[in-house]
This record gives sequence, C-alpha cells and structure tokens, in this order.
Amino acid sequence: MSMRIPFAAAVGLSITAIYFIVALFAPLIAPYGMAEVVGDVWEPSSAAHWLGTDNIGRDLLTRLIYGGRTTIFIATAATVLSFTTGAILGFLAAVLGGWADQLMSRAIDLLMSIPTLIFALVVLSVMPVTVPMLILVMGLLDSTRVYRLARAVAVDINVMDYVEAAKLRGEGRVWIIFREILPNALSPLIAEMGMRFIFMVLFVSTLSFLGLGVQPPAADWGGIVKENKDGIVYGIPAALLPAVAIATLAISVNLVADWVLNRTTSLKGGRG
Amino acid sequence: MTNALLDVRNLKIGATAYPPGEPPQEIEIVHGVSFTLEKGKVLGLIGESGAGKSTIGLAALGYGRGGVEITGGEVWINGRDILKGGMRGLRALRGAEVTYVAQSAAAAFNPAKKLMEQVTEAAILHKKFSKAEAEARAVELFRKLGLPNPETFGDRYPHQVSGGQLQRAMTALALCPEPDLVVFDEPTTALDVTTQIDVLAAIKEAIHDTGVAALYITHDLAVVAQVADDIMVLRYGDKVEYGATDQIINAPQEEYTRELVTVRSIRHEEKAPTPDAVLKVDRVTARYAGTAFNVLKDISVELHPGQTLAVVGESGSGKSTLARAITGLLPPGEGSITFDGRRLSPTLSGRSREDLRELQMIYQMADVAMNPRQTVGTIIGRPLEFYFGMRGAEKRQRVKELLEEIEMSDGFIDRYPAELSGGQKQRVCIARALAAKPKLIICDEVTSALDPLVADGILRLLLNLQKREGVAYLFITHDLATVRAIADSIAVMYRGEVVRYGSKTEVLSPPFDDYTDLLLSSVPEMKLGWLEEVIAHRKMESAGN
Repeated sequence: MSMRIPFAAAVGLSITAIYFIVALFAPLIAPYGMAEVVGDVWEPSSAAHWLGTDNIGRDLLTRLIYGGRTTIFIATAATVLSFTTGAILGFLAAVLGGWADQLMSRAIDLLMSIPTLIFALVVLSVMPVTVPMLILVMGLLDSTRVYRLARAVAVDINVMDYVEAAKLRGEGRVWIIFREILPNALSPLIAEMGMRFIFMVLFVSTLSFLGLGVQPPAADWGGIVKENKDGIVYGIPAALLPAVAIATLAISVNLVADWVLNRTTSLKGGRG
Repeated sequence: MTNALLDVRNLKIGATAYPPGEPPQEIEIVHGVSFTLEKGKVLGLIGESGAGKSTIGLAALGYGRGGVEITGGEVWINGRDILKGGMRGLRALRGAEVTYVAQSAAAAFNPAKKLMEQVTEAAILHKKFSKAEAEARAVELFRKLGLPNPETFGDRYPHQVSGGQLQRAMTALALCPEPDLVVFDEPTTALDVTTQIDVLAAIKEAIHDTGVAALYITHDLAVVAQVADDIMVLRYGDKVEYGATDQIINAPQEEYTRELVTVRSIRHEEKAPTPDAVLKVDRVTARYAGTAFNVLKDISVELHPGQTLAVVGESGSGKSTLARAITGLLPPGEGSITFDGRRLSPTLSGRSREDLRELQMIYQMADVAMNPRQTVGTIIGRPLEFYFGMRGAEKRQRVKELLEEIEMSDGFIDRYPAELSGGQKQRVCIARALAAKPKLIICDEVTSALDPLVADGILRLLLNLQKREGVAYLFITHDLATVRAIADSIAVMYRGEVVRYGSKTEVLSPPFDDYTDLLLSSVPEMKLGWLEEVIAHRKMESAGN
C-alpha cells in the first residue's frame, strides 16, 4: 500500500512533530536553565541569545521551549480527558435515548450556558492552582463540546441497520458503543480533536496570562506574554513570540487533522 | 443518418475509481457505444447497475455526474455535435431541446417552491413560452397525465402530493418546454407496483400525444417492453444487443439478453402445511409510541417449520412493522407471538438469548446492515462468538464453512463490506443470520435493492439453504414475482390488515378480492401490449361497476 502524504499534511506533520519533540526533550535542547538569569533585561537577539532575553534577563528561547513543554503537556492531557469523558457520555446518551438522554443533555446545556472562561476562573480561584487541577477543570469544561458532537454523530449511527442487528443479536451496550458506534464516529471526532487541542492551548495560555494558570517561575506561553507585555510599548517583540508559536502550532495541527479526516472518511474499512 | 434526432457515435465515458487501499485510478466505464434515435421514437436502455445506462442517458444532455467525464465520441442532436458547443451551447440545449426525468422525483423537486413555478421554469427561462402560455400548457399536461384537479394542481407544494403524482409532475416538467428529446431515468423504479402502472400508462400516453422522442432507462425489461420501440441492452459499458422491442423480448440473440428475459423463472413447488407451527402470530395489534393509529390491526398468521410465508403489500401496508413486532423492536399492544411452542416476550429486553438466536433477520439494504469498519470475518464470526463461544481457529474455520455455504470463496474473510458487490454483501448478511443456526429468518425486502439476475441468485441460495438447514422464512416483499418464486403460503397486507391469507395456490387463484386483483394485475409481464390489456381491462371493470 502506498503512503503518499500530501504536501500540506507533510508540512503540518513535520512542524507538529518538531513542537512535540522539543517539548518532550526540552531540558536537553534548551541552551540555558529554565529560570536561569543569564543576561540583561530585554537584550536584543545575539549569538548567545538567539531570541534575546526577557523582562528579568532570562534567555527567551529557553523560556519558549520550556513554556511549550508545559503548555503542550497541559493541552494534550486536557484534550484526552475531554474526549474520553465527552465521547463516552455522548455515546451513552445516544444509545440510552429517552429519559437518560434528556437528563444528560439538559445538564450539559446548563454547564455550557456559563461562559467557560468565567467558570474556570471561579473554580480556580477557590481551588489550589496546580497542573492536575488545571487539566481537570479545562478537560471537564471542554468535554461539554465533545459531548454535543459525539451525541449528534452517535444518534445518526444508532439508527443504522447494523446497530439494530447488533441489538437484535442481544449485544450489550458496551459492545454497541465501542465496537459498532465508536469506529464509525472516529472521523468527525478526530477532526474535532485538532481544533479542540488548539482551543486548549489558547485556554491555558489565557488562564496563565490572567494569573490563574501555570504559576511562575514555571514557564508557559501565556505566562511569557504576561511577563513581557510591558515591553511592547518600547518596541520589544518578546511578548509576540509565544503568539507566533501558538499560531504555527494551530495551523500545523489542523493540517494534520484535515488529512486524517480525508483519509478516514472514504469508507475503505478504515485502513485506506 | 441525417434524419436522426439523436445520433451518438462511438461514445466513450471515463470516471475516477477509488479502489480500496489504492490510489484513485482513471477507468473507462462506457467503451465506444453508438446508436441513433429518430423523432418521436422511444429507445429503451436496459442493463444492471454499473452497465452505464444512466451515464449514457445523461451524456445526451452533455452531462457527466461527479467524477464522470465524456472522454471521446460525438453526440449529435438536431444536426449539431453538442459536445463541441461549450457551456453556452449546453445551456441552450438543456431544459429546452433535451429534458430529464429523474428516478426520485421527491429529491428532484425544490420543497420550498410550488409545483407550477418549477414545472414552467425551464420553458419561461428559455423564452419558449410566456408565463401565461407555459402555465396553460402545464395545466394541459397535468390533465393529460391524469393528475387530479389539473387547474389547481400546480398551486401545491411537492410534499402535498403523493409519490406517483410527483413523478407525473416531473414528467410534466420535462415536457413543458416542448423538448425534442426526454431522458427518463428509472422513472417508476421507486414506486409501488400498483402506482407504477398508472405512471407508466400516463408517461406512455404523454410521449405518444406530444410526439417527443425518449430515452427510457430502466433495469426492468418487462417495464421497458411496454413503452419502447427499440431496446438497447447494455452490460459493463458495452452494447450487448440492439433491436426492435419485439425481437429483443421474443427472439433474443445474445445469451445475456436471454437471461434477462427469462429472469424470475424460478419454480418452486409449495410444501403442504404441517400441523406444528414455528411461528404463530395471534391477533396482534400495534401502534407507534405517541400515535393513536394502529399500524397493525388484528394480525393472525402462522408459519410452519422449514417453510416460507410471504408477506406482500405496498409501502405503508404495515409489512415491515409486522417484522418489527415479531422481533420485539415494536412491542404489540394486543395479541401474542408464539415461537417454537413458547410464548415470546413482547419486548426485546424480555427475551432470552436462545429466543434471539433462533430468530434472525436479514435487511433490505445490505450495505447499511453491516458495520463498514468490520471485516467479513468479524461480521460472520460475531454470532458464533456471541452465541456459541467460538474463538480463534475454530471460529475462523466455521466462518470459512459458512462462506462456502453462501457460495463465496474463503478469500473474502478479511475483506471489508465496501470491497464487495451488492449481491455479495447480501450473501454475507445471509451467512451472518445462518451462523446463529436459527429456526426462523425474517427477510425484509432482501432482493428489492438488487439487480434482477443477482436477486435471482439470492433467491436460489435461500431456497437451497432452506432445503439443507430446514430454516423457515418470513419473507417480506412488495414484489409478487419473488413471491411466486419462493413462497409456500402468502399473506397479503393492505393498510395494516391481512386482506388475504392462505397457501400460495389459494391466494394466487381466483376469485380475488379487489386489492389482491389490483396487486396481481399490476406486476409487469414480459410481453408486448401487456400495459394496454391491463388498462383496458380496468376501464371495462370500472365501467361495469
């Protein structure tokens, strides 16, 4: 079988891979220590500091690398959490139907009616702000969106004859959800996953920017913006660099998601 | 030929194919077909799905459906090659000189616009008629096509008229701009037999009265024999045989044409009823939740072991609902269902695994009855695993045996449903039902989505399996030819009631009740002039009343 990867997907795939590899091996790649003060405040780029230094003289490239590590880790974990919870609940609602479906769906509607960011801020201001707590809050809040999608997709699949055939065979709900519905619902869910991952990156960055996310001295992209935002008025671009990182990551992840979607939607038994 | 209206020369059509697991390929689906059609004549294009008949029909409008492209040849209409006129030429052609009647009128009409607006649109757009003239012409066509209240019919929206009426409205739409050629693409295939005959007669009369030429595309030779002057038989994008209708029906030259003419010739001797019953439906009444209307009214039928009960009726007669009641998907409000001597719980959840195993079901649309993400081995193997606890090599061996029973090689075991043909898919569904070693299989229109020859193969297979395994079938269908082929007893359903029930010979011999008579006389027969005979017979009867 040929594995021809389209150009756009190849670009997306390599950039995404670079980001993840850098995040994974940050301590080996970063030229300096994460919170090490190595120069003057806001030094311009030089051979020693490729991207210059930040507001208290730390190497900006190092901060960006470590920041990416934190941000990508939190976003990935939260996406996984939100998809597992959202998809399972959504499929369950579709399969159960009737009362249970109504109850779950209206509860989710209620959660969704509260702006996510405000809800997160309220929860995080009373809870200890730790990384697991961040992941939990972000993942659960975002799972409402995944629930909506998963339920809608599963309701369509649930009325197909092969699901009816499985019910007539006497199959239990676990088989129906994981063997009949899930494989056929993967394409839209995967496409959505790319999107939601980027929202998570933005979400955690926003929280950090507002001071309720990752706590200093740990680096993360939102935090770097916050620390260096005062430099913008002096024409110092340090605060913009994380934005560039987020934008390139967003585009590349979605290029990959598009490609995966294209490959899986044409019903070729899922292996074409 | 200069006096020909349509002259197709060496037409070649290509398409992009997507073979599973391989990169897309350019293939040729019509290989140099030539034919001519004179003014006022009707040419029938016949063949199985994939024969290229619709593709050729659309080529007369210079059109190729998604991914399909005319790659060679010439299409001359009224003395000019339409493939050379560019988009502007095609626009002047379509809807004015050549018009099209689609298979599904329901999908072809815009639901948000009134019928009159849609029927007259092309004629006004091409400045053939003024609005008033076009509307007068539409009313005239409505009358000619036998539509009720022709003056006000056009004020209705598509959802306000029946399927048969909509198909006739579509014919009016095609005839309104006074075209020279109309392409009919399976115009009656989606209709009930009793409706089909009216639409067919209306179309035939309209063609005759307006003197328009037509390409009539269908897979049903008996239908095309009623309307066409000439017939072209197609297979795999090649012309198999071309001749006058009389010659094709009565003296076919090619082997393939002979097969098409003699299709549905399975003869099956009915078995005598036995005292015991595998299924007993006793005074069952059912309705859907939240409605006050009974879709099943006091139904009582019996099915003997190893025999076939055919449930016949048109859409909406409640025959599929009966299947749902028996399987437990729609618990009956009243009455009881006895299976193999034990009374079945009305609901699915109340039934034992043994009940479920012994009562299997096969669906009409095989492609949605199989999970597209599972291999044939998984699909057939699951009941083995689920009911008999088979695993690994034992299961795989049994799946191979089952594949052999349905006359497919064991090489199919690791294929996905998308890689199978329509007939093969239905065979796999049969194997899945057989895997459970059932006593009764409910077959819900299992052959109606298939080409006649393929359907024949499936029926033969079902009969053989019945002989070997002694399984009983509850066979739901709207097709009386199928019933004749395989039934031992028949129940005719109409509006939720069984109007006639008995052994095959009893039900199919006179005296008939009105509905059974209508149903029986509506089945197209493979002979010329059948349509006129039936219509004349009906006129006489209604005059006699």
